[in-house]
Amino acid sequence: MIKRLLAGVVGAGILGGFGFLYYAWYPPIATIEPPAAKSFSAEQIERGRIVAAEGYCAECHTRTDMGGGPELAGDYRMETPFGAIYSSNITPDPEMGIGQWSEEALRRAMRLGVSRQGVHLIPAFPYDHFTKMTDQDISDLYAYLMTRPPVHMARRPNELPFPLSLRIGQAAWKLMFFTPGVYKPDPSHDALWNRGAYLAEGNAHCGACHTPRNFMGAEKKGSMYDGAVVDGWIAPPLNDKNPTPTAWTEDELYQYLRFGVAPLHGPAGGPMSPIPHRFLSTVPEYDVHAIAHYYADVAHSAERSKHDKAALAHAMEQSKIDLIGPNVDPDAKLYQGACAACHYNSAPSPVLGRPDLALNNALWLDEPTNLFQVMLRGLTAEEGQSGIAMPSFYNALSDADMARIAAYLRRTRTTLPPWKDLEKKAAEARETVKSIPVNSSH
Amino acid sequence: MIKFKLNGRDVSVDVPDDTPLLWALRDELDQTGTKFGCGVGQCGACTVHVGGRATRSCITPVSSIAGADVTTIEGLHPEGKHPVQEAWRDIQVPQCGYCQSGQIMQAASLLKDYPDPTDEQIDGVMGGSLCRCMTYIRIRKAIKKAAAAMREETASHG
Repeated sequence: MIKRLLAGVVGAGILGGFGFLYYAWYPPIATIEPPAAKSFSAEQIERGRIVAAEGYCAECHTRTDMGGGPELAGDYRMETPFGAIYSSNITPDPEMGIGQWSEEALRRAMRLGVSRQGVHLIPAFPYDHFTKMTDQDISDLYAYLMTRPPVHMARRPNELPFPLSLRIGQAAWKLMFFTPGVYKPDPSHDALWNRGAYLAEGNAHCGACHTPRNFMGAEKKGSMYDGAVVDGWIAPPLNDKNPTPTAWTEDELYQYLRFGVAPLHGPAGGPMSPIPHRFLSTVPEYDVHAIAHYYADVAHSAERSKHDKAALAHAMEQSKIDLIGPNVDPDAKLYQGACAACHYNSAPSPVLGRPDLALNNALWLDEPTNLFQVMLRGLTAEEGQSGIAMPSFYNALSDADMARIAAYLRRTRTTLPPWKDLEKKAAEARETVKSIPVNSSH
Repeated sequence: MIKFKLNGRDVSVDVPDDTPLLWALRDELDQTGTKFGCGVGQCGACTVHVGGRATRSCITPVSSIAGADVTTIEGLHPEGKHPVQEAWRDIQVPQCGYCQSGQIMQAASLLKDYPDPTDEQIDGVMGGSLCRCMTYIRIRKAIKKAAAAMREETASHG
């Protein structure tokens, strides 16, 4: 009896193993001669440019360390909890890039996360989002990529430890966490909402940064858009858990995504900054409106914005707190010397270029991470609001001073409990700032 | 080479990326009207405009303003006749004068945001600009005078 049972289990195991191998195995797709540029129409290439911009391809497929690299030639170093990995060259170089890939091969990579050679791709390449893209968009993207200048440049090998380095493991990951399939419009919403959802969930892959990941690196389905830590910054919640006192309305979101600064919520900093400036400022306005429209709904902004007037009035009152005559709170004095000249505001609403801290995500998040990052790095003239800059307080404020300013702002500008261990966290944030930010335009 | 616009003309400086803008202005471009005060963004003496907004140049890395428009006290008005400068002279604001270019740049920027500033708005924005001679009463008076002159100017130009 036991023997028979054992044989059954082993048999099932073997069958399951074969089943998994069958599931995991993808054939290579035949190589092609790199297609001639004139085989694509100018219109299709332009549509493809927009698709590439809305997916921020160049952001992760262009080297930024070691003095930078040519656009789309890969070798971007991405730190993951499992080890550093380096992105692929997606220029049409036949050896180093995707010059020998057919359109079918690109479509399979985008939809299923499998390379032309049949190798499972690591989900740092967010095919779990790109799978939602239409044939048309992938076809246009192909036209754009195949008409870029080919770059003969190899990437560095990934630094994943064994057994994570075995790509078969990626198939098991897919079995657990990946649902392939093109975006299906939701008939209960209008065309603008569906366009926004299509872009946001698919090509623009917002969840890749704004949704927390589980221990296997997959986005947690039950915590969609709850916010997550990315490259030493917090990507704030995009749903109704976003803590700012005024709502992220469609207009605030549009201004932020299009121009890099929202009148009430302030400038885009850190890893978010290139999203408006490098990408979404170059695509059709309608698409940015659509994404803004979609997230205004995800965040329940219509409902929340009912309190905006009161929240704004309250925030404008806060700036007065710093001006308390000769018996000055030393923390207020520090804040006044370092910050208030640029961040003071008064009723009725903040001046554009004077980001109001009482309304900013940074003070309302569970951790002071983003506040410290922006204090240490400042913002360059091409980040946040274009053409203006925030100085870097890296050499100007000690960890203790940064902690005092953070505690003071949290105490006077929010209704939330104080942050803990601020000095230690200031020191940790300082550790992540390896070099001060540099404008790419020089 | 780091390029930007200084007082309307294109300039470039060959300095390390983390060089403070103040050093680039004073040591590389010979614009010495902007002063070094505390060096840690706490006194306002080094204030210039970047993209029209008052900015502490002593802690702003020059690389971070590449491509931007910088205005110093030398460029605020071609003949030194910005309404804030006129008011400064009329009221004889400065005593030792060390902080005044920073004060004037900060005040000129204040008046763009608040053309008719209240005492609170002046305190809020000017609070980071220190004057060791304690001329604050005259600074406030000059700002109000400049504001009135600017409003008159706007009114007469329709």
